[in-house]
Amino acid sequence: MAQHKVNYTQSGGLPVALTSIDKIVNWGRSNSIWALTYGLACCGIEMMASGASRYDFDRFGTIFRASPRQADVMIVAGTLTKKHAEFIKRLYDQMTEPRWVISMGSCANTGGMFNTYATVQGVDRVIPVDLYLPGCAPRPETLQYGVMLLQQKIRANKASRAQVAKRLM
Amino acid sequence: MRVYKPKDNVQKKAYYSDRFFISPQVPKFDVESDEVFAKDLEAIKAKFEVKEAYIQVEQMVVFINPEDNFKVLELLKNDLEYTQLSEMSAIDWLADKQGFEIFYQMLSMNKRKRLRIKMFIKNGEAVNSVEKLFRSADWSEREMFDMFGIEANNHPFMKRILMPYDWKGHPLLKTYPLEGDEFAAWYEVDKIFGKEARDIIGPELRDTAKVDRYDSDRFVRLGHEVPKGTTITGNEPKVEQNYQEEDGVFLVKKLNKKDSVIVTDPQR
Repeated sequence: MAQHKVNYTQSGGLPVALTSIDKIVNWGRSNSIWALTYGLACCGIEMMASGASRYDFDRFGTIFRASPRQADVMIVAGTLTKKHAEFIKRLYDQMTEPRWVISMGSCANTGGMFNTYATVQGVDRVIPVDLYLPGCAPRPETLQYGVMLLQQKIRANKASRAQVAKRLM
Repeated sequence: MRVYKPKDNVQKKAYYSDRFFISPQVPKFDVESDEVFAKDLEAIKAKFEVKEAYIQVEQMVVFINPEDNFKVLELLKNDLEYTQLSEMSAIDWLADKQGFEIFYQMLSMNKRKRLRIKMFIKNGEAVNSVEKLFRSADWSEREMFDMFGIEANNHPFMKRILMPYDWKGHPLLKTYPLEGDEFAAWYEVDKIFGKEARDIIGPELRDTAKVDRYDSDRFVRLGHEVPKGTTITGNEPKVEQNYQEEDGVFLVKKLNKKDSVIVTDPQR
């Protein structure tokens, strides 16, 4: 790969950077992770705090969208009930590929303290999960670090490879 | 001499109970001790059969026949100023008395009194809906049907309210296991993927006490993270918290911890 370093912030001239298609696609993808607003329980409050001005998700390019069609990542923040399980699967199917899932908090990871008849014991029983965040609820810093880990994961993969559809089964 | 208990299933009672334990009872007082309640009870007794009545925690409890419930509540609402139905539901007495106790908790804002109408129905019987009198009974009766399976006659929309419409079983019955029966355990798998997916997805992991540090499918130790499904030997090197890849990121300046400043003055 040809490498030519241009410090265009200093030169003030033409912003020229040579890179590979892979890198620039992954750069775009990893720095504009639009998240589906998916607050199911109290973790949703922490997710909202992450998006608000103090923690400021916008600086990572993460903007919450209210539609699965416009979202890249689904942050499952909260308890998933059995009644809701079919809808989370439907929303996941409506997201365009490439798509990722962050399971935020104990309830989304394993069902958490809700060891009952009405709670799905982990969202990975319904949709494939990329990242599990521990905590009850995780602090906004945890979610931010999780998004940064997801960025690393996106950049580690080749963007040009044929997209393999993620399936639980 | 103690009461004989069959010993074929001694494990059935999961908790310990004292041999000489007497469960505490909330003291009951005569209705005559409160003149407002005494008048109310007289008005009810004039038209309906009252099986039992007493005052408990400054609230009158009146036991009536289940077929009278609509008319008693109508009388309470229209003539006796009990204008609010705070809540209503059922109590499972199936094991002891083969039936349910239904209660209606009433509130009178004018009299500043609370009153409870109670009635007993056998298993499988339905009750009259009071939704025409109190709109709050609409959802309460649906919840009662959802949780106990007691139907309310003449209810405009007698369907489940909390559980999904295609749910089987009534979760608040004392015979219903807390972690759900087989239907509940496989509900989301059966509905989304079909029964044939049970083998692939596997049963729910319900043991909350289970901690296996070599199980990377569920969790890995903090600071020793590995990808999901990796075989863990126990000698994984510590992983530094790393915000960016070593070789940097395209168009993004790499964070140098030495150049960064920790702000200690919040008023800066």
